[in-house]
Amino acid sequence: MSESAAPTTATAVGTARVKRGMAEMLKGGVIMDVVTAEQAKIAEDAGAVAVMALERVPADIRAQGGVSRMSDPDMIDGIIQAVSIPVMAKARIGHFVEAQILQALGVDYVDESEVLTPADYANHIDKWAFTVPFVCGATNLGEALRRITEGAAMIRSKGEAGTGDVSNATTHMRQIRQEIRRLQSLPSDELYVAAKELQAPYELVKEVAEQGKLPVVLFTAGGIATPADAAMMMQLGAEGVFVGSGIFKSGNPAQRAAAIVKATTFHDDPDVLAKVSRGLGEAMVGINVDEIPQPHRLAERGW
Amino acid sequence: MTVPVIGVLALQGDVREHVAALAGVGADARPVRRPGELDAVDGLVVPGGESTTISKLVDIFEMREPIDKRIAAGMPVYGSCAGMIMLAAEVLDGRPDQRGFAGVDMTVRRNAFGRQVDSFEAPVALTGVDGGPFHAVFIRAPWVERVGPDVEVLGRVTEGPATGRIVAVRQGNLLATSFHPELTGDPRLHRHFVELVRTAA
Repeated sequence: MSESAAPTTATAVGTARVKRGMAEMLKGGVIMDVVTAEQAKIAEDAGAVAVMALERVPADIRAQGGVSRMSDPDMIDGIIQAVSIPVMAKARIGHFVEAQILQALGVDYVDESEVLTPADYANHIDKWAFTVPFVCGATNLGEALRRITEGAAMIRSKGEAGTGDVSNATTHMRQIRQEIRRLQSLPSDELYVAAKELQAPYELVKEVAEQGKLPVVLFTAGGIATPADAAMMMQLGAEGVFVGSGIFKSGNPAQRAAAIVKATTFHDDPDVLAKVSRGLGEAMVGINVDEIPQPHRLAERGW
Repeated sequence: MTVPVIGVLALQGDVREHVAALAGVGADARPVRRPGELDAVDGLVVPGGESTTISKLVDIFEMREPIDKRIAAGMPVYGSCAGMIMLAAEVLDGRPDQRGFAGVDMTVRRNAFGRQVDSFEAPVALTGVDGGPFHAVFIRAPWVERVGPDVEVLGRVTEGPATGRIVAVRQGNLLATSFHPELTGDPRLHRHFVELVRTAA
Protein backbone atom coordinates (compact mmCIF):
# COMPACT_ATOMS: atom_id res chain seq x y z
CA MET A 1 0.00 0.00 0.00
CA SER A 2 2.98 2.28 0.37
CA GLU A 3 2.61 3.42 -3.23
CA SER A 4 -1.00 4.54 -2.96
CA ALA A 5 -1.22 8.30 -3.37
CA ALA A 6 -3.92 8.72 -0.78
CA PRO A 7 -5.45 6.60 1.95
CA THR A 8 -8.55 4.75 0.80
CA THR A 9 -11.36 6.69 2.36
CA ALA A 10 -15.08 6.79 1.77
CA THR A 11 -16.59 8.36 -1.33
CA ALA A 12 -15.98 12.12 -1.51
CA VAL A 13 -17.40 14.73 -3.90
CA GLY A 14 -16.21 18.28 -4.57
CA THR A 15 -12.59 17.64 -3.60
CA ALA A 16 -9.81 19.85 -4.95
CA ARG A 17 -8.58 16.88 -6.99
CA VAL A 18 -11.96 16.33 -8.61
CA LYS A 19 -12.37 20.05 -9.33
CA ARG A 20 -8.87 20.59 -10.70
CA GLY A 21 -9.00 17.24 -12.48
CA MET A 22 -12.06 18.33 -14.42
CA ALA A 23 -10.01 21.20 -15.90
CA GLU A 24 -7.18 18.77 -16.75
CA MET A 25 -9.66 16.93 -18.98
CA LEU A 26 -10.37 20.12 -20.95
CA LYS A 27 -6.71 20.67 -21.85
CA GLY A 28 -5.85 21.14 -25.51
CA GLY A 29 -9.47 22.10 -26.11
CA VAL A 30 -11.62 25.10 -27.00
CA ILE A 31 -14.43 26.41 -24.78
CA MET A 32 -16.95 28.48 -26.72
CA ASP A 33 -19.36 31.22 -25.63
CA VAL A 34 -22.93 30.45 -26.68
CA VAL A 35 -26.20 32.30 -26.09
CA THR A 36 -28.71 29.73 -27.40
CA ALA A 37 -29.16 25.95 -27.50
CA GLU A 38 -28.67 26.08 -31.29
CA GLN A 39 -25.30 27.76 -30.90
CA ALA A 40 -24.36 25.20 -28.24
CA LYS A 41 -25.06 22.41 -30.73
CA ILE A 42 -22.96 24.12 -33.40
CA ALA A 43 -20.12 24.39 -30.86
CA GLU A 44 -20.41 20.72 -29.90
CA ASP A 45 -20.51 19.71 -33.57
CA ALA A 46 -17.34 21.70 -34.18
CA GLY A 47 -15.49 19.80 -31.42
CA ALA A 48 -15.69 22.23 -28.48
CA VAL A 49 -14.68 20.60 -25.16
CA ALA A 50 -17.25 22.72 -23.31
CA VAL A 51 -19.59 25.64 -23.83
CA MET A 52 -20.00 28.81 -21.78
CA ALA A 53 -23.69 29.68 -21.51
CA LEU A 54 -24.35 33.41 -21.32
CA GLU A 55 -27.07 35.87 -22.25
CA ARG A 56 -24.97 38.19 -24.37
CA VAL A 57 -21.51 37.63 -25.79
CA PRO A 58 -18.95 40.19 -24.60
CA ALA A 59 -19.10 42.16 -27.88
CA ASP A 60 -22.81 42.82 -27.25
CA ILE A 61 -22.30 43.57 -23.55
CA ARG A 62 -19.78 46.14 -24.66
CA ALA A 63 -22.07 47.60 -27.33
CA GLN A 64 -25.24 47.67 -25.26
CA GLY A 65 -23.80 48.65 -21.88
CA GLY A 66 -25.83 48.45 -18.66
CA VAL A 67 -25.41 46.04 -15.77
CA SER A 68 -24.53 42.56 -16.93
CA ARG A 69 -25.62 39.63 -14.73
CA MET A 70 -25.88 35.85 -14.52
CA SER A 71 -27.98 34.36 -17.33
CA ASP A 72 -31.61 33.29 -17.07
CA PRO A 73 -31.80 29.77 -15.55
CA ASP A 74 -34.23 28.70 -18.31
CA MET A 75 -31.69 29.59 -20.94
CA ILE A 76 -28.88 27.78 -19.08
CA ASP A 77 -31.09 24.75 -18.60
CA GLY A 78 -31.97 24.71 -22.30
CA ILE A 79 -28.28 24.58 -23.16
CA ILE A 80 -27.60 21.84 -20.57
CA GLN A 81 -30.37 19.77 -22.19
CA ALA A 82 -29.10 20.44 -25.72
CA VAL A 83 -25.51 19.16 -25.46
CA SER A 84 -23.59 16.29 -23.88
CA ILE A 85 -20.36 18.23 -23.34
CA PRO A 86 -19.73 20.20 -20.10
CA VAL A 87 -21.64 23.47 -19.67
CA MET A 88 -20.08 26.44 -17.87
CA ALA A 89 -21.83 29.65 -16.85
CA LYS A 90 -20.74 33.03 -15.54
CA ALA A 91 -21.40 34.61 -12.15
CA ARG A 92 -20.53 38.21 -11.27
CA ILE A 93 -17.32 38.74 -9.29
CA GLY A 94 -18.20 38.34 -5.60
CA HIS A 95 -21.82 37.31 -6.29
CA PHE A 96 -21.88 34.08 -4.28
CA VAL A 97 -25.66 33.70 -4.61
CA GLU A 98 -25.50 33.68 -8.40
CA ALA A 99 -22.89 30.95 -7.97
CA GLN A 100 -25.19 29.02 -5.60
CA ILE A 101 -27.94 29.18 -8.22
CA LEU A 102 -25.60 27.99 -10.98
CA GLN A 103 -24.51 25.07 -8.81
CA ALA A 104 -28.16 24.17 -8.15
CA LEU A 105 -28.81 24.23 -11.91
CA GLY A 106 -26.08 21.60 -12.36
CA VAL A 107 -23.59 23.61 -14.42
CA ASP A 108 -20.21 21.87 -14.61
CA TYR A 109 -18.02 24.93 -14.02
CA VAL A 110 -18.70 28.48 -12.78
CA ASP A 111 -16.73 31.35 -14.31
CA GLU A 112 -16.43 34.19 -11.80
CA SER A 113 -16.07 36.67 -14.58
CA GLU A 114 -14.99 40.25 -15.08
CA VAL A 115 -17.07 40.28 -18.28
CA LEU A 116 -20.13 40.70 -16.05
CA THR A 117 -20.54 43.75 -13.80
CA PRO A 118 -18.83 43.05 -10.45
CA ALA A 119 -21.13 42.59 -7.46
CA ASP A 120 -18.42 43.17 -4.84
CA TYR A 121 -15.47 45.48 -5.35
CA ALA A 122 -13.53 44.09 -2.37
CA ASN A 123 -14.13 40.33 -2.16
CA HIS A 124 -14.25 37.52 -4.63
CA ILE A 125 -16.42 34.45 -3.99
CA ASP A 126 -15.19 31.93 -1.38
CA LYS A 127 -14.94 29.12 -3.89
CA TRP A 128 -13.98 26.45 -1.34
CA ALA A 129 -17.57 26.60 -0.07
CA PHE A 130 -18.87 25.04 -3.31
CA THR A 131 -19.01 21.55 -4.81
CA VAL A 132 -18.98 22.97 -8.35
CA PRO A 133 -15.50 24.06 -9.52
CA PHE A 134 -14.63 27.65 -10.50
CA VAL A 135 -12.51 29.25 -13.19
CA CYS A 136 -11.28 32.81 -12.65
CA GLY A 137 -9.43 35.35 -14.78
CA ALA A 138 -5.99 36.78 -14.03
CA THR A 139 -3.73 39.38 -15.60
CA ASN A 140 -0.64 38.38 -13.62
CA LEU A 141 0.74 35.66 -11.36
CA GLY A 142 -0.23 37.33 -8.08
CA GLU A 143 -3.85 37.66 -9.20
CA ALA A 144 -3.88 34.01 -10.34
CA LEU A 145 -2.50 32.80 -6.99
CA ARG A 146 -5.00 34.90 -5.01
CA ARG A 147 -7.84 33.30 -6.98
CA ILE A 148 -6.37 29.81 -6.36
CA THR A 149 -6.14 30.67 -2.65
CA GLU A 150 -9.85 31.47 -2.74
CA GLY A 151 -10.49 28.05 -4.29
CA ALA A 152 -10.35 28.56 -8.08
CA ALA A 153 -9.67 25.19 -9.74
CA MET A 154 -8.73 26.66 -13.12
CA ILE A 155 -7.26 29.98 -14.28
CA ARG A 156 -7.71 31.78 -17.56
CA SER A 157 -5.44 34.64 -18.47
CA LYS A 158 -7.59 37.67 -19.20
CA GLY A 159 -7.71 39.40 -22.52
CA GLU A 160 -9.94 42.28 -23.46
CA ALA A 161 -13.19 40.41 -24.08
CA GLY A 162 -15.46 41.31 -26.97
CA THR A 163 -12.82 43.14 -28.99
CA GLY A 164 -11.30 40.58 -31.35
CA ASP A 165 -7.99 42.21 -30.37
CA VAL A 166 -5.64 39.53 -29.04
CA SER A 167 -2.97 41.92 -27.74
CA ASN A 168 -4.15 41.95 -24.12
CA ALA A 169 -4.38 38.17 -23.97
CA THR A 170 -0.82 38.02 -25.26
CA THR A 171 0.40 40.52 -22.68
CA HIS A 172 -1.20 38.71 -19.76
CA MET A 173 -0.14 35.21 -20.83
CA ARG A 174 3.44 36.42 -21.29
CA GLN A 175 3.27 38.20 -17.93
CA ILE A 176 2.11 35.10 -16.03
CA ARG A 177 4.66 32.81 -17.71
CA GLN A 178 7.45 35.35 -17.19
CA GLU A 179 6.67 35.68 -13.48
CA ILE A 180 6.67 31.87 -13.12
CA ARG A 181 10.10 31.67 -14.80
CA ARG A 182 11.38 34.39 -12.49
CA LEU A 183 10.24 32.44 -9.41
CA GLN A 184 12.03 29.34 -10.72
CA SER A 185 15.27 31.31 -10.91
CA LEU A 186 15.14 32.62 -7.33
CA PRO A 187 17.10 31.07 -4.45
CA SER A 188 14.73 29.64 -1.84
CA ASP A 189 15.45 32.35 0.73
CA GLU A 190 14.16 35.02 -1.67
CA LEU A 191 10.79 33.33 -2.12
CA TYR A 192 9.47 34.90 1.11
CA VAL A 193 9.83 38.39 -0.28
CA ALA A 194 8.56 37.21 -3.66
CA ALA A 195 5.39 36.02 -1.91
CA LYS A 196 5.03 39.41 -0.24
CA GLU A 197 5.44 41.21 -3.57
CA LEU A 198 2.99 38.89 -5.33
CA GLN A 199 0.51 39.33 -2.45
CA ALA A 200 0.06 35.57 -2.46
CA PRO A 201 0.60 32.85 0.18
CA TYR A 202 4.19 31.64 0.55
CA GLU A 203 3.24 27.94 0.24
CA LEU A 204 1.66 28.51 -3.17
CA VAL A 205 4.58 30.65 -4.35
CA LYS A 206 7.01 27.92 -3.28
CA GLU A 207 4.97 25.29 -5.13
CA VAL A 208 4.99 27.34 -8.34
CA ALA A 209 8.74 27.93 -8.02
CA GLU A 210 9.35 24.18 -7.66
CA GLN A 211 6.92 22.96 -10.32
CA GLY A 212 7.40 25.73 -12.89
CA LYS A 213 3.66 25.92 -13.41
CA LEU A 214 0.45 26.88 -11.66
CA PRO A 215 -1.07 24.13 -9.48
CA VAL A 216 -4.17 24.36 -11.70
CA VAL A 217 -4.76 24.39 -15.45
CA LEU A 218 -4.08 27.69 -17.26
CA PHE A 219 -6.27 28.61 -20.23
CA THR A 220 -6.43 31.90 -22.07
CA ALA A 221 -9.39 34.12 -22.96
CA GLY A 222 -10.34 37.44 -24.45
CA GLY A 223 -9.97 38.75 -27.98
CA ILE A 224 -9.26 35.44 -29.73
CA ALA A 225 -10.87 35.58 -33.20
CA THR A 226 -8.84 33.39 -35.57
CA PRO A 227 -7.16 29.96 -35.66
CA ALA A 228 -3.82 31.78 -35.67
CA ASP A 229 -4.78 33.67 -32.48
CA ALA A 230 -5.62 30.40 -30.73
CA ALA A 231 -2.42 28.71 -31.91
CA MET A 232 -0.29 31.66 -30.80
CA MET A 233 -1.76 31.54 -27.30
CA MET A 234 -1.04 27.80 -27.15
CA GLN A 235 2.55 28.38 -28.27
CA LEU A 236 2.86 31.03 -25.55
CA GLY A 237 1.97 28.39 -22.96
CA ALA A 238 -1.82 28.34 -22.67
CA GLU A 239 -3.21 24.84 -22.05
CA GLY A 240 -6.42 25.62 -23.94
CA VAL A 241 -8.52 28.56 -25.10
CA PHE A 242 -11.82 30.27 -24.45
CA VAL A 243 -13.36 31.89 -27.51
CA GLY A 244 -16.14 34.35 -26.84
CA SER A 245 -17.51 36.71 -29.45
CA GLY A 246 -14.95 35.52 -32.02
CA ILE A 247 -17.06 32.61 -33.27
CA PHE A 248 -20.70 33.68 -33.31
CA LYS A 249 -19.89 37.27 -34.33
CA SER A 250 -18.10 36.00 -37.44
CA GLY A 251 -19.39 35.29 -40.94
CA ASN A 252 -19.41 31.48 -40.74
CA PRO A 253 -19.50 30.32 -37.10
CA ALA A 254 -19.57 26.54 -37.70
CA GLN A 255 -16.57 26.59 -39.98
CA ARG A 256 -14.60 29.05 -37.86
CA ALA A 257 -15.32 27.07 -34.68
CA ALA A 258 -14.06 23.84 -36.28
CA ALA A 259 -10.96 25.61 -37.60
CA ILE A 260 -10.09 27.02 -34.16
CA VAL A 261 -10.46 23.52 -32.64
CA LYS A 262 -8.04 22.06 -35.19
CA ALA A 263 -5.61 24.95 -34.78
CA THR A 264 -5.57 24.44 -31.01
CA THR A 265 -4.64 20.74 -31.35
CA PHE A 266 -1.98 21.36 -34.03
CA HIS A 267 -0.86 24.74 -32.68
CA ASP A 268 2.78 23.94 -33.42
CA ASP A 269 2.29 22.80 -37.03
CA PRO A 270 2.22 25.74 -39.49
CA ASP A 271 1.14 23.49 -42.39
CA VAL A 272 -2.02 22.47 -40.56
CA LEU A 273 -2.57 26.08 -39.43
CA ALA A 274 -2.30 27.33 -43.02
CA LYS A 275 -4.79 24.73 -44.17
CA VAL A 276 -7.41 25.43 -41.51
CA SER A 277 -7.10 29.21 -41.88
CA ARG A 278 -8.36 29.14 -45.47
CA GLY A 279 -11.84 30.17 -46.60
CA LEU A 280 -13.29 31.10 -43.22
CA GLY A 281 -15.10 34.23 -44.41
CA GLU A 282 -15.36 37.39 -42.34
CA ALA A 283 -13.74 37.45 -38.90
CA MET A 284 -15.56 39.44 -36.24
CA VAL A 285 -15.23 43.19 -36.61
CA GLY A 286 -12.57 44.18 -34.14
CA ILE A 287 -12.11 47.04 -31.71
CA ASN A 288 -8.57 48.10 -30.84
CA VAL A 289 -8.09 47.86 -27.09
CA ASP A 290 -6.23 51.19 -27.16
CA GLU A 291 -9.38 52.92 -28.38
CA ILE A 292 -11.46 51.73 -25.42
CA PRO A 293 -11.53 54.31 -22.62
CA GLN A 294 -9.96 53.03 -19.40
CA PRO A 295 -13.22 52.69 -17.38
CA HIS A 296 -14.65 50.38 -20.05
CA ARG A 297 -11.79 47.89 -20.04
CA LEU A 298 -13.06 44.60 -18.64
CA ALA A 299 -9.66 43.02 -17.96
CA GLU A 300 -8.99 45.62 -15.28
CA ARG A 301 -11.90 44.36 -13.19
CA GLY A 302 -10.72 41.96 -10.46
CA TRP A 303 -7.84 42.49 -8.08
CA MET B 1 12.33 -4.94 -25.78
CA THR B 2 14.09 -3.39 -22.80
CA VAL B 3 12.27 -0.06 -22.71
CA PRO B 4 8.83 -0.19 -24.32
CA VAL B 5 7.81 2.84 -26.35
CA ILE B 6 4.31 3.92 -25.37
CA GLY B 7 2.39 6.66 -27.12
CA VAL B 8 -0.30 8.85 -25.59
CA LEU B 9 -2.94 9.96 -28.10
CA ALA B 10 -2.41 13.74 -27.93
CA LEU B 11 -5.39 15.24 -29.75
CA GLN B 12 -6.99 16.60 -26.57
CA GLY B 13 -7.05 15.81 -22.84
CA ASP B 14 -4.68 15.14 -19.95
CA VAL B 15 -1.80 13.91 -22.11
CA ARG B 16 0.99 15.28 -19.93
CA GLU B 17 -0.18 13.37 -16.83
CA HIS B 18 -0.19 10.06 -18.70
CA VAL B 19 3.23 10.73 -20.26
CA ALA B 20 4.63 11.49 -16.79
CA ALA B 21 3.01 8.42 -15.21
CA LEU B 22 4.36 6.13 -17.96
CA ALA B 23 7.84 7.64 -17.80
CA GLY B 24 7.73 7.17 -14.02
CA VAL B 25 7.40 3.38 -14.44
CA GLY B 26 10.17 3.04 -16.99
CA ALA B 27 8.47 3.46 -20.37
CA ASP B 28 9.68 5.66 -23.21
CA ALA B 29 6.49 7.76 -23.31
CA ARG B 30 5.67 10.23 -26.06
CA PRO B 31 2.67 12.11 -27.45
CA VAL B 32 1.19 10.74 -30.69
CA ARG B 33 -0.86 12.89 -33.07
CA ARG B 34 0.06 11.54 -36.52
CA PRO B 35 -0.07 8.13 -38.22
CA GLY B 36 3.73 8.19 -38.62
CA GLU B 37 4.19 8.67 -34.88
CA LEU B 38 1.86 5.75 -34.19
CA ASP B 39 4.10 3.44 -36.22
CA ALA B 40 6.92 3.98 -33.72
CA VAL B 41 5.07 2.87 -30.57
CA ASP B 42 4.59 -0.56 -28.95
CA GLY B 43 1.46 0.47 -27.05
CA LEU B 44 -0.97 3.37 -26.85
CA VAL B 45 -2.80 5.25 -24.09
CA VAL B 46 -6.02 7.10 -24.91
CA PRO B 47 -6.17 9.77 -22.20
CA GLY B 48 -8.94 11.44 -20.27
CA GLY B 49 -10.57 14.34 -22.07
CA GLU B 50 -13.80 15.07 -23.89
CA SER B 51 -14.73 11.96 -25.86
CA THR B 52 -16.86 13.84 -28.42
CA THR B 53 -13.92 16.11 -29.22
CA ILE B 54 -11.36 13.29 -29.36
CA SER B 55 -13.70 11.24 -31.58
CA LYS B 56 -14.00 14.12 -34.05
CA LEU B 57 -10.28 14.88 -34.11
CA VAL B 58 -9.45 11.20 -34.65
CA ASP B 59 -11.43 11.35 -37.91
CA ILE B 60 -10.28 14.80 -39.00
CA PHE B 61 -6.61 13.95 -38.57
CA GLU B 62 -7.02 10.45 -40.05
CA MET B 63 -5.96 8.47 -37.01
CA ARG B 64 -8.92 6.09 -36.84
CA GLU B 65 -7.90 3.58 -39.47
CA PRO B 66 -4.24 3.31 -38.40
CA ILE B 67 -5.26 2.81 -34.75
CA ASP B 68 -7.94 0.23 -35.65
CA LYS B 69 -5.35 -1.65 -37.72
CA ARG B 70 -2.82 -1.69 -34.89
CA ILE B 71 -5.51 -2.86 -32.43
CA ALA B 72 -6.42 -5.69 -34.82
CA ALA B 73 -2.74 -6.61 -34.98
CA GLY B 74 -2.61 -6.89 -31.18
CA MET B 75 -1.19 -3.53 -30.04
CA PRO B 76 -1.96 -3.02 -26.32
CA VAL B 77 -4.14 0.03 -25.63
CA TYR B 78 -5.17 1.52 -22.30
CA GLY B 79 -8.02 4.03 -22.10
CA SER B 80 -8.97 6.13 -19.04
CA CYS B 81 -12.41 7.78 -18.86
CA ALA B 82 -12.82 9.36 -22.34
CA GLY B 83 -10.29 6.72 -23.41
CA MET B 84 -12.62 3.99 -22.11
CA ILE B 85 -15.45 5.50 -24.16
CA MET B 86 -13.18 5.53 -27.23
CA LEU B 87 -12.48 1.81 -26.72
CA ALA B 88 -16.14 0.80 -26.36
CA ALA B 89 -18.02 -1.03 -29.09
CA GLU B 90 -21.21 0.77 -28.04
CA VAL B 91 -21.78 4.14 -26.33
CA LEU B 92 -25.00 5.28 -24.63
CA ASP B 93 -25.88 8.95 -24.04
CA GLY B 94 -23.26 10.00 -26.56
CA ARG B 95 -23.75 11.91 -29.76
CA PRO B 96 -25.31 9.81 -32.54
CA ASP B 97 -22.23 10.29 -34.72
CA GLN B 98 -19.78 9.47 -31.93
CA ARG B 99 -17.60 6.49 -32.80
CA GLY B 100 -14.87 4.71 -30.92
CA PHE B 101 -12.16 2.36 -32.10
CA ALA B 102 -12.76 -1.28 -32.95
CA GLY B 103 -12.05 -2.11 -29.33
CA VAL B 104 -13.66 -3.81 -26.35
CA ASP B 105 -16.95 -5.73 -26.68
CA MET B 106 -18.79 -3.58 -24.12
CA THR B 107 -21.48 -0.94 -23.77
CA VAL B 108 -20.57 2.17 -21.78
CA ARG B 109 -22.79 5.00 -20.64
CA ARG B 110 -21.30 8.50 -20.85
CA ASN B 111 -21.51 10.80 -17.79
CA ALA B 112 -23.20 7.87 -16.06
CA PHE B 113 -22.57 9.07 -12.50
CA GLY B 114 -24.02 12.53 -13.22
CA ARG B 115 -22.68 16.01 -13.85
CA GLN B 116 -19.46 17.56 -12.49
CA VAL B 117 -21.02 18.23 -9.05
CA ASP B 118 -21.40 14.43 -8.78
CA SER B 119 -17.76 13.70 -9.67
CA PHE B 120 -16.08 11.83 -6.81
CA GLU B 121 -13.14 9.92 -5.35
CA ALA B 122 -13.58 6.40 -3.96
CA PRO B 123 -11.58 3.20 -3.39
CA VAL B 124 -11.85 0.46 -6.04
CA ALA B 125 -10.43 -3.07 -5.66
CA LEU B 126 -8.81 -4.18 -8.92
CA THR B 127 -8.27 -7.79 -9.95
CA GLY B 128 -4.67 -8.37 -11.01
CA VAL B 129 -3.33 -5.20 -9.35
CA ASP B 130 -1.66 -5.94 -6.02
CA GLY B 131 -1.30 -3.62 -3.07
CA GLY B 132 -4.86 -3.02 -1.91
CA PRO B 133 -7.75 -0.96 -3.28
CA PHE B 134 -6.98 1.72 -5.83
CA HIS B 135 -7.91 5.27 -4.84
CA ALA B 136 -9.92 6.19 -7.92
CA VAL B 137 -10.90 9.64 -9.20
CA PHE B 138 -14.09 9.75 -11.27
CA ILE B 139 -14.74 12.92 -13.30
CA ARG B 140 -18.00 13.03 -15.28
CA ALA B 141 -17.12 9.38 -15.66
CA PRO B 142 -18.69 6.61 -17.73
CA TRP B 143 -19.56 3.14 -16.42
CA VAL B 144 -19.85 -0.17 -18.22
CA GLU B 145 -23.40 -1.51 -18.63
CA ARG B 146 -22.71 -4.65 -20.66
CA VAL B 147 -19.66 -6.79 -21.32
CA GLY B 148 -19.21 -9.49 -23.95
CA PRO B 149 -18.05 -13.06 -23.12
CA ASP B 150 -14.37 -12.26 -23.81
CA VAL B 151 -14.26 -9.28 -21.47
CA GLU B 152 -12.83 -9.66 -17.98
CA VAL B 153 -14.28 -7.33 -15.31
CA LEU B 154 -11.39 -6.00 -13.20
CA GLY B 155 -13.17 -3.62 -10.85
CA ARG B 156 -16.52 -2.36 -9.60
CA VAL B 157 -17.70 0.50 -7.41
CA THR B 158 -17.95 -0.82 -3.83
CA GLU B 159 -19.90 1.91 -2.03
CA GLY B 160 -22.52 4.61 -2.52
CA PRO B 161 -25.49 4.69 -4.88
CA ALA B 162 -23.53 3.27 -7.83
CA THR B 163 -22.37 0.15 -5.93
CA GLY B 164 -21.68 -2.77 -8.25
CA ARG B 165 -21.16 -0.69 -11.40
CA ILE B 166 -18.29 -1.93 -13.58
CA VAL B 167 -15.46 0.62 -13.84
CA ALA B 168 -12.43 -1.40 -15.03
CA VAL B 169 -12.21 -4.06 -17.76
CA ARG B 170 -9.76 -5.97 -19.90
CA GLN B 171 -10.17 -7.80 -23.18
CA GLY B 172 -6.96 -9.32 -24.49
CA ASN B 173 -4.46 -6.49 -24.81
CA LEU B 174 -7.06 -3.77 -24.27
CA LEU B 175 -7.46 -2.23 -20.83
CA ALA B 176 -9.98 0.43 -19.81
CA THR B 177 -10.95 2.29 -16.61
CA SER B 178 -13.70 4.83 -15.88
CA PHE B 179 -11.33 6.62 -13.52
CA HIS B 180 -8.04 8.52 -13.79
CA PRO B 181 -4.97 6.82 -12.25
CA GLU B 182 -2.86 9.52 -13.94
CA LEU B 183 -4.21 12.10 -11.47
CA THR B 184 -3.39 10.35 -8.19
CA GLY B 185 0.30 9.52 -8.36
CA ASP B 186 -0.39 5.80 -7.78
CA PRO B 187 1.75 4.10 -10.44
CA ARG B 188 0.31 0.59 -10.22
CA LEU B 189 -2.08 0.72 -13.17
CA HIS B 190 0.47 2.29 -15.50
CA ARG B 191 3.03 -0.31 -14.39
CA HIS B 192 0.44 -3.01 -15.08
CA PHE B 193 -0.06 -1.62 -18.60
CA VAL B 194 3.68 -1.35 -19.28
CA GLU B 195 4.01 -5.03 -18.30
CA LEU B 196 1.16 -5.83 -20.68
CA VAL B 197 3.04 -4.04 -23.49
CA ARG B 198 6.27 -5.93 -22.62
CA THR B 199 4.47 -9.27 -22.64
CA ALA B 200 2.67 -8.55 -25.91
CA ALA B 201 5.87 -7.73 -27.77
